[in-house]
Amino acid sequence: MPATNKNTTTRLGDRVFSTLSKGSGIALLVIMAAIALFLAIRAVVAIREDEGNFLTTFQWDANADPPVFGIAVLLFGTVVSSVIAMALAVPVAVGIALFISHFAPRRLATTIGYVVDLLAAVPSIIYGLWGALYLVPHMTGLFLWLDQFFGWTKVLAYDGTPARSLMTVGILLAIMVLPIITSVTREVFLQTPKANQEAALALGATRWEVIRMTVLPFGRSGVISASMLGLGRALGETMAVATVLSPSFLIDPSLLESGGGTFAQNIASQFKEAGGTGRDALIASGLVLFVLTLLVNGAARLIIARRREYSGANA
Amino acid sequence: MAKRIEVSGLTAYYGTHKAIEDITLHVEPRSVTAFIGPSGCGKSTFLRTLNRMHEVTPGGRVEGKVMLDDEDLYGPGVDPVSVRRTVGMVFQRPNPFPTMSIYDNVAAGLKLNGVSYRKSELDDIVEKNLRAANLWNEVKDRLGKPGSGLSGGQQQRLCIARATAVEPEVLLMDEPCSALDPISTLAIEDLIDKLKSQYTIVIVTHNMQQAARVSDRTAFFNLAAIGQPGKLIEVDSTDRIFSNPSVQATEDYISGRFG
Repeated sequence: MPATNKNTTTRLGDRVFSTLSKGSGIALLVIMAAIALFLAIRAVVAIREDEGNFLTTFQWDANADPPVFGIAVLLFGTVVSSVIAMALAVPVAVGIALFISHFAPRRLATTIGYVVDLLAAVPSIIYGLWGALYLVPHMTGLFLWLDQFFGWTKVLAYDGTPARSLMTVGILLAIMVLPIITSVTREVFLQTPKANQEAALALGATRWEVIRMTVLPFGRSGVISASMLGLGRALGETMAVATVLSPSFLIDPSLLESGGGTFAQNIASQFKEAGGTGRDALIASGLVLFVLTLLVNGAARLIIARRREYSGANA
Repeated sequence: MAKRIEVSGLTAYYGTHKAIEDITLHVEPRSVTAFIGPSGCGKSTFLRTLNRMHEVTPGGRVEGKVMLDDEDLYGPGVDPVSVRRTVGMVFQRPNPFPTMSIYDNVAAGLKLNGVSYRKSELDDIVEKNLRAANLWNEVKDRLGKPGSGLSGGQQQRLCIARATAVEPEVLLMDEPCSALDPISTLAIEDLIDKLKSQYTIVIVTHNMQQAARVSDRTAFFNLAAIGQPGKLIEVDSTDRIFSNPSVQATEDYISGRFG
């Protein structure tokens, strides 16, 4: 930390730099606090006027008089679509990252890495258009097949109408978060110490055993961090979801049927027509999304911290 | 346990670069053989051809023959994975698995290749090998703690316990003390002396006193010039190499006139 001893002369450059970096740190905290405060104040205003229960009402009539709205459907839709996205994207991303870092010949690895990074550069509205015009009609076959075998569970029941559903959204989100998870995971896997991989080889480990003994445990916290980055994007994704989903304020037991909504999608869809209370209501839902994201990140940090001494960072 | 190694006409390459050329020597079972020579003379490369670790390096390939008793390590259909189970290795820098506890580090090799042990069996093997590595008393109360929390010397003894736990025939050591302080070095040397009753040991070292202290036979490697392949100059009993070597270059190297 900067020397505060009066007898030592601090150089001008050091002073300027320390002030600048301190200033940036403080600015960040101020901005975060300002956002949280703004959300909280407007949210309180909205929730006071709400005639329904903010947490459990299946309805969004914030512009009506009296206003009645609740986030139950949005919370459900946001969590479910993101969970589907993570369940599909994380294993595939880890697989691609392993292939690039440990199996593919160098030239192929570079090409695949480039293509994956390119996926990240596609704007989300393009994903949305592609999702609505291509993915939705092409889901019908898969969903009918799922319905045939698992329809009895109700969760995977499907009647063949256009699948502008949470499942389709989840699949689309999985494709959208794949690049960020893959590229972070790949970098972490590439950092596995060579000495440890050689130690495993010298014990008579096969290539897969080397990966299981050294690469995966070493990269564990990196995979979690990468997934959190992806989850953050999935939770907050707006345009693609708004384009694909056919929103409704119902919780359909089937994930394959059209309907549902997410926080970000609902805000985007309703903001233009919303009046005073309507806007505050949307901001209140935004606050819930903000808190949800904080909780998810906190949980991830806890998981990483719990195994810190085995992290390999102190090897 | 403990097998004889017989190498004949061995040449190793990195891509098109010839690292070592036409090496022929044998290593007696239950003895310590030291490889000495200036940096870049290929002694580590040669060591890594003895458990087929050389070919792990991209472009690494080998010509010639390595016999372990009557098994040709480079014969057709020989699986390098099983070669490495038979010929264990300890590396220059201690490299315990950072994500594993001390216990799991020792047991790591035992959990490979689909073999499963009972917990009590594993406990016995772990204790036996930690005792053999002169480490048991220092770690017995913290077997569940990460291996990376140990000192450098303790980590290296942990790595030796990890290597011996799979009961190899041969133990290769690639400058095992070069990252350690003198006291830890002595501990490892004592350990080598103890282990040679059970294993065939080959040790690469830059420390000539160490070669003289621990080995029964010494092989001297040298290279004609930078970029030239390393060659075996002579191999003989350690006493003879250090008192009356038959090649002038060996004497020059040992007496510190070059290298």
